[in-house]
Amino acid sequence: MGDRQKRFYYWAMAPAIALVAVFFVMPLLQVLWLSVSEPALGLQNYRALIDNALLHRVWINTLRVCGLTTLIAVIAGYLVAYVMAHVGADHRTLMISCIVLTFWLSVLVRAFAWVMILRTEGVLNTVLISLGVIDQPMRLVRNEIGVLIGMAHYMVPIAALPMYSNMQTISRTYVDAARGLGARTWQTFLWVYLPLTKPGIVAATVLVFIFSLGFYITPAILGGGRVVMIAEYIRVSFEETLRWGYATMLASTLLIALTLGLAVLARVINMRKVFGA
Amino acid sequence: MTGRAFWPRLRWSLLLAGAWSVLGFLVLPMLVIVPVSLTDRNYLSLPEHALSLQHYERFFTSEPWLASTLQSLLIAAISSAASIVLGALCAVGCWRISNRWAAAVRLLMLAPLIVPTVIQGLAMYHLWAMAGLFDTYAGVVLAHTLTGIPYVVITVSAALAGFDVKLEQASRGLGASALDTIRLVIGPAIAPGLISGGVFAFIHSFDELVIVLYITSREIRTLPKRIWDGLQDRIDPTIAAVSVILVAATLLLLAADAWLRRRRRQSISAMGQAALDLKGGLA
Repeated sequence: MGDRQKRFYYWAMAPAIALVAVFFVMPLLQVLWLSVSEPALGLQNYRALIDNALLHRVWINTLRVCGLTTLIAVIAGYLVAYVMAHVGADHRTLMISCIVLTFWLSVLVRAFAWVMILRTEGVLNTVLISLGVIDQPMRLVRNEIGVLIGMAHYMVPIAALPMYSNMQTISRTYVDAARGLGARTWQTFLWVYLPLTKPGIVAATVLVFIFSLGFYITPAILGGGRVVMIAEYIRVSFEETLRWGYATMLASTLLIALTLGLAVLARVINMRKVFGA
Repeated sequence: MTGRAFWPRLRWSLLLAGAWSVLGFLVLPMLVIVPVSLTDRNYLSLPEHALSLQHYERFFTSEPWLASTLQSLLIAAISSAASIVLGALCAVGCWRISNRWAAAVRLLMLAPLIVPTVIQGLAMYHLWAMAGLFDTYAGVVLAHTLTGIPYVVITVSAALAGFDVKLEQASRGLGASALDTIRLVIGPAIAPGLISGGVFAFIHSFDELVIVLYITSREIRTLPKRIWDGLQDRIDPTIAAVSVILVAATLLLLAADAWLRRRRRQSISAMGQAALDLKGGLA
């Protein structure tokens, strides 16, 4: 009885597929095409990857900021996930609520709030000066520190959730067995627990790194134009120079980097689990 | 208390303190904007002498801010509705067909979530300009529908994960039409996924800025676009009030989603029971 009844479900998928193909896939292919055909056919746009010092600096900025963000987010997220996997149900619900709420918080609202907290006459400096901890305001925003704080704030929930779902699957008996066999606490953690949580750590690391690469709003607001990353550079070359070949080359490079990253991720873990689909 | 219990306890306390400091860092921005929005000064700072609602008053009496809010609400409502329909149909199709192609389709549907919006916006600009969609409601709704579909596909697929394909086959085998099967058998099963997916798609559209910056100009000024403009150079203090309102709205939406899902789950188990009774009656 299969085929006739299944036909309905093929039709059910059709509208979404058509929409995504025409308005999402096609424009992306056009970006790739423009990057090798504008202003003339060939790879000359990509030469900037080799000989443009500004572009080198942008990519180095991007990789450094994304690397540091990933490091901070994964360590902080691991700590939260670990505690979450070891507390009682009510306590856990409270912790998850904090994470989920932050996850859905508007990117602009966060950026605005961090500017309020971090700027020279902001909340943090005001409080610290009135307590006498410091006498000169610290410069925490419109520089790389601000960008790192803002990006880590966005990424901690994204890092914590896959690591937590991985830790939930680890049976306590492994840890108990190690302890019972005489291992010290740090040995148990380092040699038993940590290796068991490696899939979660890898997933979180790649996921956070990939998401950070394309970040635009947070670095633009908290970096104040001083820490230009690839996404902001794409936007600027679109808006100000209107050099389509160059802008699409930048976008294509980022797209290819992301695809490679995801291919690595797909090899080490089950993608469907990460995205929950 | 013995000496041996002391160190594990201390260690656990330190871990708890560490984890809650991270969570404190996460909720800090939400906590700080509330006092800032209530400041009695003309510029943004902590309240000095008294609390004041002046920034809220400015928001609710400002024509441009209210117009932008309305525009964003309208776009988010239409695009999330469209995302629900398209995403749910697609997820159900993938679930029922469930072969390699269906898996590929599901991955394709997630792509708008993975490809950075700076690239998507750049890519859309050309086509939107060509198709006359640039700087129109229809153009933004279309873009947000596309980028909202992944949320619905994820939540509906998750709702279907524990739902046996045989129930669909049984319904068809007993003579129900495809539409009746969707309405009476699959619909109730995916309802919690539809609600969550719709909420996520709505929040996504309401908050989306980067694509809007690419595909709009003067006609369309959504709320995020106005906040973005207000954040450049001298910060418009109205943003403080807007931010608190946005946080409160997000909180309410997520709470409503959690509450609805919990209610739904109960009614689904009741419905499952009814279906079993019916089956017994038929046999």
